[in-house]
Amino acid sequence: MTEIFDRFGKPLGGIFLGLALLWLAGMVLVPGVFMINASLRPHLPPPLRGGELDVYVLDNFAYLINHVNHGRIFFKTVWSSALVTLATLLLCYPIAFWLAKVARRWQVAVMLVLLLIPYLMNEVLRGLAWYIILAFSGPLNAILIGLGLMDEPVRWYGDGGVVAGMAYAYLLFMLFPIYNAISTLDRAQIDAARDLGASAWRIHRRVVLPHAKVGIATGCVFVFMMAAGSYVAPALLGAPGSRWFTQIVYEWFFEIGNWNRGAAYGVALMAMCLAVVLGLLALFRVNLASAVK
Amino acid sequence: MRFGATRAVKSLSLDVRQGEFFSILGPSGCGKTTLLRLISGFQQPTAGQVLINGTDMAGVPSNMRATAMIFQSLALFPFMRVWENIAFGLEARGVGTAERRREAERLLELIALPGYGNRMPGELSGGQRQRVAIARALAIQPQVLLLDEPLSALDLKLRQHMRAELRDLQKRTGVTFIYITHDQSEALAMSDRVAVMNAGQLQQVGSPQELYSHPATSFVAQFVGENNALMGTVTEVSGGTAVLEGPQGRFAGRAGPGLKPGAKARLYVRPEALSPSREIGENRLKLAIERFDFEGAFATAYAVLQGTGSPQRMSLTISQQGLSDAPAIGAPFTAGFSAEDAIVLSDD
Repeated sequence: MTEIFDRFGKPLGGIFLGLALLWLAGMVLVPGVFMINASLRPHLPPPLRGGELDVYVLDNFAYLINHVNHGRIFFKTVWSSALVTLATLLLCYPIAFWLAKVARRWQVAVMLVLLLIPYLMNEVLRGLAWYIILAFSGPLNAILIGLGLMDEPVRWYGDGGVVAGMAYAYLLFMLFPIYNAISTLDRAQIDAARDLGASAWRIHRRVVLPHAKVGIATGCVFVFMMAAGSYVAPALLGAPGSRWFTQIVYEWFFEIGNWNRGAAYGVALMAMCLAVVLGLLALFRVNLASAVK
Repeated sequence: MRFGATRAVKSLSLDVRQGEFFSILGPSGCGKTTLLRLISGFQQPTAGQVLINGTDMAGVPSNMRATAMIFQSLALFPFMRVWENIAFGLEARGVGTAERRREAERLLELIALPGYGNRMPGELSGGQRQRVAIARALAIQPQVLLLDEPLSALDLKLRQHMRAELRDLQKRTGVTFIYITHDQSEALAMSDRVAVMNAGQLQQVGSPQELYSHPATSFVAQFVGENNALMGTVTEVSGGTAVLEGPQGRFAGRAGPGLKPGAKARLYVRPEALSPSREIGENRLKLAIERFDFEGAFATAYAVLQGTGSPQRMSLTISQQGLSDAPAIGAPFTAGFSAEDAIVLSDD
């Protein structure tokens, strides 16, 4: 805090600090309090609001727990988000290692451009691209059948399509933290391990992975949070049987108009995500501050 | 027994003997690290061979060679305990935990750090980390230890201490050390033999004493120790003695290798071979002292050569006892040196 004042002086430092606090209050604190408040009140017609029926209850959360499908979808969303996270991690780690330690300078440049170009489009259009690729009579089926790998076209829409679409959508959020982390690894560490006779597998397990841990944790937190809160990919690439929890939250708010129940669902998802993220960080033995740095 | 021969960088050939402390000395960018990486197998030579125990190492990867490398950054694994670091090579060879621990403890004894096994590398001092890196390399029982300027990150006092320790460790283990450095005093202090390199070329191989007293090239004469140079043309070479005539006068010295009359050459004379006040030897120089640098046991006097067009500076070593008799600053005096203490080398 004093560092800010030392660097920018009292007036300018004060403005920066004030803006940060305003942002925090306006974007995080107030909406959060509003959400939690709404989630704990019953849904009442306007004349009854503020009356004797408007008291704090847990009915909205109980509804989620007792619902035939919503609880299942809730956990499926968390599980699938974890799956998306794992898929992006498995995909990104080799690419990140290659970019950071193996590739030549021009190869890095070309690869980064190829990876970045799709991200110049917005998320909806990228989702739509996968919508076309995965279509029943779309290019993916056509290619696989053309190569003789399949006899019949497959219906990709559904859980598989959603996970694939999301893994693609959030690739860079996993790639860059890991790439950054591995870039800072002293090349001599790898050489030393190899010189001492370690296999490639052991070099990664004992030397590269521990070093990249913070980057991996950061990437996992980003991707998991974004996947769990994603709306576009499941809406486009899902099937009726593969609804995402965010779609239900959306329904409560904008189709059914029950904001209180929607808020409760949202708070439940947020709490779950927070628990998973903290669990993840504990697993990696990384603290939150260094993970989001 | 012959340990090996390398031909690398700009076509060079050198033999390192088993069990010796061999240094490769040269300014940064002279190709010495490349040479080490060729020996270790991190790089493959475009032409020529590396032989270890008479076996050609072509196509043999670094982990299959009887060498172990100590990196400039040491490259200790920061997320492993000290004992795990030391035993990493054994871990990679599938040695069981109990035996790894035992071996790590044995090596910790060897490097005088018993009981440090459970620390993390970050908790050690620079000198201790240094020793752990050596223990880690010795754990895989290499025949040759390759050291890439491992002392450069340490401060002067510690560096001097580590020199003695490295030397001692080498003698006790009997492992051949190939040591890379740009610090000539380091190379002279520790090595049995030194190879001096410049611009990818091997200049001279010899004992520290040989390099100091009998430099084969101008580069070695200038790079190893302090030296005064006088330029000129060789007028005669006979019986191992050469005469050089230049703007500063006519001087005699030992003839360097391949010296021919008429060649442009330089005469090198060490500061300690120049005697102030007394006229020793057959060569004479008229000097006037500019300043003294006191260094404790001795002082270095910086003097300007008198009676010549271009101001040329010479340095003289004056012992503590000799200081009272030393010429005063600015007063001209004649210094002498014998031809035996000087060497004439052709300009490269």
